[in-house]
Amino acid sequence: MNHLSEEELILHYYGEEDGTLAAGRHLDECAECRALYGSLQRVLNMVEASSVPEVAPDYGARVWERLERHLPARRRWWRAGPAWRWVAAGAAFAGLLAAAFAAGRFYRRPPAPAVAKADPAAREKILLVAVGDYLERSQLVLIELANANPKTPLDISAERERAGDLVSESRLYRQTAAHTGDSAVASVLDDVDRVLMDIARGPSELSPAELDTVRRRLEAEGILLKIRVLSSTVRNHEGPEAQPAAGQRL
Amino acid sequence: MELTDAAIVGRARAGDADAFRCLVERHSHSLFRLAFLMTGNRQDAEDVVQESFLRAYRQIGGFDGRASFGTWMHRIAANCSLDMVRARRRRIDCPAPEDPVAELPSTGPTPERIALSAEVRQKVAEAMDDLSPTERTAFVLRHFEGMRMEDVGRVLECQPGAAKHSVFRAVRKLRRALEPLMSVAG
Repeated sequence: MNHLSEEELILHYYGEEDGTLAAGRHLDECAECRALYGSLQRVLNMVEASSVPEVAPDYGARVWERLERHLPARRRWWRAGPAWRWVAAGAAFAGLLAAAFAAGRFYRRPPAPAVAKADPAAREKILLVAVGDYLERSQLVLIELANANPKTPLDISAERERAGDLVSESRLYRQTAAHTGDSAVASVLDDVDRVLMDIARGPSELSPAELDTVRRRLEAEGILLKIRVLSSTVRNHEGPEAQPAAGQRL
Repeated sequence: MELTDAAIVGRARAGDADAFRCLVERHSHSLFRLAFLMTGNRQDAEDVVQESFLRAYRQIGGFDGRASFGTWMHRIAANCSLDMVRARRRRIDCPAPEDPVAELPSTGPTPERIALSAEVRQKVAEAMDDLSPTERTAFVLRHFEGMRMEDVGRVLECQPGAAKHSVFRAVRKLRRALEPLMSVAG
């Protein structure tokens, strides 16, 4: 008598084999296969019993609260009429100018020897704080592009400029991460950097189809998810003592 | 009368944020369950749920309604979970997976039974963690979500035969890890 293979038993358990009746008949007649099948059933039933933690009844509402912060405001911005877009873009540009002016005025480079002499743990924490900030700003640029849903070509010169700034900034973080052996951080930074670089070097106006390509790429490479994962890791590792003084950057 | 998902999706596609909220509230629990089974970690599962809805929000214009909204969301969440597990494996500083046992309600009447049950669940969690991301995804979709192999293949972007073999490998690994417990737990 030909016995049933493990694969056939598994397919029978899930009701997916071609000859369900044949396998069932064989199991009725063959004690050896029946014993094997019983063992398989017990293992799979044991796995079935592994529970998932309870979530609060209002979990769905909490998910929506978090999502809403990301979605509607941006969507409204993109859907707004051209006049409001210019007002918003002007305000954003003015904000950037003010921030750049303030940064230039109050920026104090930390003395290099102090960083060089800092112990590796402190150096890593400083890197994480800076990387966390960098990731947050990269995420904002990418989410804006991913959420844009225009019917006509879209002017992305502001995002392009921000992407260019972020690319020049990331080089230092990637080098530091590589130097400290933090290959996971370096790998995500590489992925983000490639996308930002393409945006920075690309055209300042994107057609809906080109935006869709950007969106698909972000999804295919899981860029936003990677940023979120690394940001969450970074947040978990940041200690309060690692927070840099106001205006101080790596 | 409660509206069907299809009706709500129609409104969400027209830009009705309240309609999308309704879909989020309806499907968050089942997506969390799927994401937890695939990631084995509560925080990761919550991140996956959020990311899945973000993707759905962006793609809802392209949702053609051939599958139900729930099936479509489960596919997105499975892909997000797969990305999450792969990304986590690449992380050097991977925090230990959350202990699912600590969050579970007690199930047995005696301390011995509780301890045994907890140990079994711990072993199941460890055995699941030992599966590769693809094996785990294929197994969770087939075993817990009841997807046919063809659908599992679609999520994994592979042939049904390859999906089948991922399930076989997963079951084989789980048997190897868990069969020794059978005599104790039985």
